[in-house]
Amino acid sequence: MLYLDNSATTKPYPEVLASYIQVTNDFFGNPSSLHKMGSMAENLMRQARKQTANLLGAEEDEIVFTSGGTEANNLAIKGTAFMKMHRGKHIIVSAVEHPSVMEACLQLEKDFGFDLTILAVNEEGRVSPSQLENEIREDTILVSVMHVNNEVGTIQPIEEIGALLEEYPNISFHTDHVQGAAKIPLDLKGAGIDLCSLSAHKFHGLKGTGILYVRKGIRLTPLLSGGEQENHYRSGTENVPGIAAAAKALRMAKEDYARLGKALEETKMQVMKRLSTMEGVVLNTTKGHSAPHIIHFSVPGIKSEVLVHRLEESGIYVSTTSACSSKKSLPSKTLLAMGKSKEEAESGIRISLDIHTDRSQLETMFTALEQAIKHIMKMKR
Amino acid sequence: MRFEHILVRFGEISTKGKNRSKFVERLRRNIKEVLKDFPAIRFQSNRDRIYIQLNGEPHQEISKRLTGIFGIHSFSLAAKCESDVEEIKKTALEAINSVYQPGDTFKISARRADKTFAVPSDEMNGILGGHILSNTEELTVNVRKPDHEIKVEVRTEGTYIMFQDTFGPGGLPAGISGKAMLMLSGGLDSPVAAYMTMKKGVELEAVHFFSPPYTSERAKQKVIDLVEQLSNYGGKMKLHIVPFTAIQEQIQQQVPENYTMTSTRRMMLRITDQLRIKNGGLAIVTGESLGQVASQTLESLFAINDVTATPVIRPLVSFDKPEIIKIAKEIGTHDISIRPYEDCCTIFTPAAPKTRPKLDKANRYESFVDFDSLTQEAVDHTVTIDFTDKKDAADKSLDSLL
Repeated sequence: MLYLDNSATTKPYPEVLASYIQVTNDFFGNPSSLHKMGSMAENLMRQARKQTANLLGAEEDEIVFTSGGTEANNLAIKGTAFMKMHRGKHIIVSAVEHPSVMEACLQLEKDFGFDLTILAVNEEGRVSPSQLENEIREDTILVSVMHVNNEVGTIQPIEEIGALLEEYPNISFHTDHVQGAAKIPLDLKGAGIDLCSLSAHKFHGLKGTGILYVRKGIRLTPLLSGGEQENHYRSGTENVPGIAAAAKALRMAKEDYARLGKALEETKMQVMKRLSTMEGVVLNTTKGHSAPHIIHFSVPGIKSEVLVHRLEESGIYVSTTSACSSKKSLPSKTLLAMGKSKEEAESGIRISLDIHTDRSQLETMFTALEQAIKHIMKMKR
Repeated sequence: MRFEHILVRFGEISTKGKNRSKFVERLRRNIKEVLKDFPAIRFQSNRDRIYIQLNGEPHQEISKRLTGIFGIHSFSLAAKCESDVEEIKKTALEAINSVYQPGDTFKISARRADKTFAVPSDEMNGILGGHILSNTEELTVNVRKPDHEIKVEVRTEGTYIMFQDTFGPGGLPAGISGKAMLMLSGGLDSPVAAYMTMKKGVELEAVHFFSPPYTSERAKQKVIDLVEQLSNYGGKMKLHIVPFTAIQEQIQQQVPENYTMTSTRRMMLRITDQLRIKNGGLAIVTGESLGQVASQTLESLFAINDVTATPVIRPLVSFDKPEIIKIAKEIGTHDISIRPYEDCCTIFTPAAPKTRPKLDKANRYESFVDFDSLTQEAVDHTVTIDFTDKKDAADKSLDSLL
């Protein structure tokens, strides 16, 4: 088996899973309860929060635990929009955002009368900071640009955008860091980021836990009402085992990437080199400004889904666009935004690696891919 | 731009004569302690400076921590280059470019510590000023009140280009003046008293009275968090947690209600004094402020203080509450202190505590109970948490889970 869909989700570290089970068993008290069981859970959660904050270069009270990346993105965007709607209703996002950002914005536009500017990207999938600045208006309240694109791996110029937004103190700056977390350093304070979303299962934690960094001084309207947990931002009894697991996974993943990230980058380059010589393959990931774990390519003429299933028969797991949208089998919006043809956008394949990926098996993948392409092309004729 | 150095200047230390090197060494140790999670940094010190060589570690975070260390008068970010006019020009321009906004003013203050350097200081000011003026836009010179003062120091080992002076808290390096015991309740006052005592170089060990089930684990956690916050200033601290329940229950039963508070305080002071002897302290620090509550009238202080001849330092004696709150906010203890858990001072508060207790009465009421053995027992069962290694402060049993 060769699992190459690490952008969709990663396998939890065994140590993380062990923590999750132990915490579920031994720290099952409600952190809000007064008694010792509650205080034990609360204490563990506080340590987890402190560790998470340290790893992200943030303060403890700037960390809000959520149910995942989607909730973190929704809370950041809608929370800001509702908090600031009396001041302005204009939001700027990039054209290549994840659906949990894009759909949240579209909902604000459709149902709540917000005004949305969707920024075009260049052929690399990158936003131009100066173009972004041109779109800023008096009533702009929020800019949301992802850190690393989940489909093609493009890294956005977050630091530059943050720097230019410093001139606009009324605009909140959100970045969806779900694909970049642990893999590509992001200096939250240095880059002037106000809100930043992470998801634990993308760095070998468990599904059901996300993190939203909310810079001190930034206020959000909560989306959930109730017991006012998580600094009032996210009511509901905290998922203590998930939170502990997330903190542990983040620590381990950061250590792993610091140690082995370079080798992963080299592997990515080798894979890209090999793919570029393969007949029928068009690379969509560019060499510069891209994440060390994502390689995206198209095989025009072959629908992505067919290739995915063909590779699956050889025990190789890759994906089409993003896992969240692939069931709709529509052409990739990201690729279209990058100026790719419809045919290319319908035939995209994403390989997402991990530092633990067994490289000796990649040769098998290349062979299987070559054969699959040849075979399917022949069938079509 | 990347800063390679931070240059630290001393405050009151500079006036010390023969003991100066001891002060500098202590400060250097304290800085090292606070910055020990940045393994790449290196230190160099001489009579009047400490240079921190950053080796790629983030200057923002390090600067933030330096602003809290006693004994530091001010510090500057510095870039170092060869003592060569062209190199200095280049580096100074880079430095100003990384900070100025259109419309700002600047000034160059060059100094030659190395008198063999060919260009005199005045001339250097002119050369660098001219170079910057002709390579920037909307930046002008103002020698009286510049927005940015760039200090250039030519030394034999190289030239330091410094700017962005940031002030430290001043005072003396923590630990230089000996040790005292701090009575730490968890309220707003005692952490502020701790901070002010530490400022004068006093090393503190905190004493907290813990009365389960009347006070909770969370109240204890609050104190642990306070000590952890305070150890950012002192570099290290110990916390003694005294089991106090038995004594409080005895007081409740044996002492008339309006004297319970006086007796409670007296017992606390006695225990703290015994812990002081055990741990080699020379004084006791409290957060008492005159007239704030019943236990803090002069009569009360007199009756309470009678149990010891040890100096009791009360840095807040003349402070008003708003002043204390302001400092608590500045030193980051406010938000911890206001967490709403009962502490042992509040659980048995009588409806009408005596504001003018009589010493002989207090002595008489207490004479019916063997408080000597009770306090001895409390001292013997005191649990000490050592915050010297910060990791110890966190619950180690949780480490494997995270």
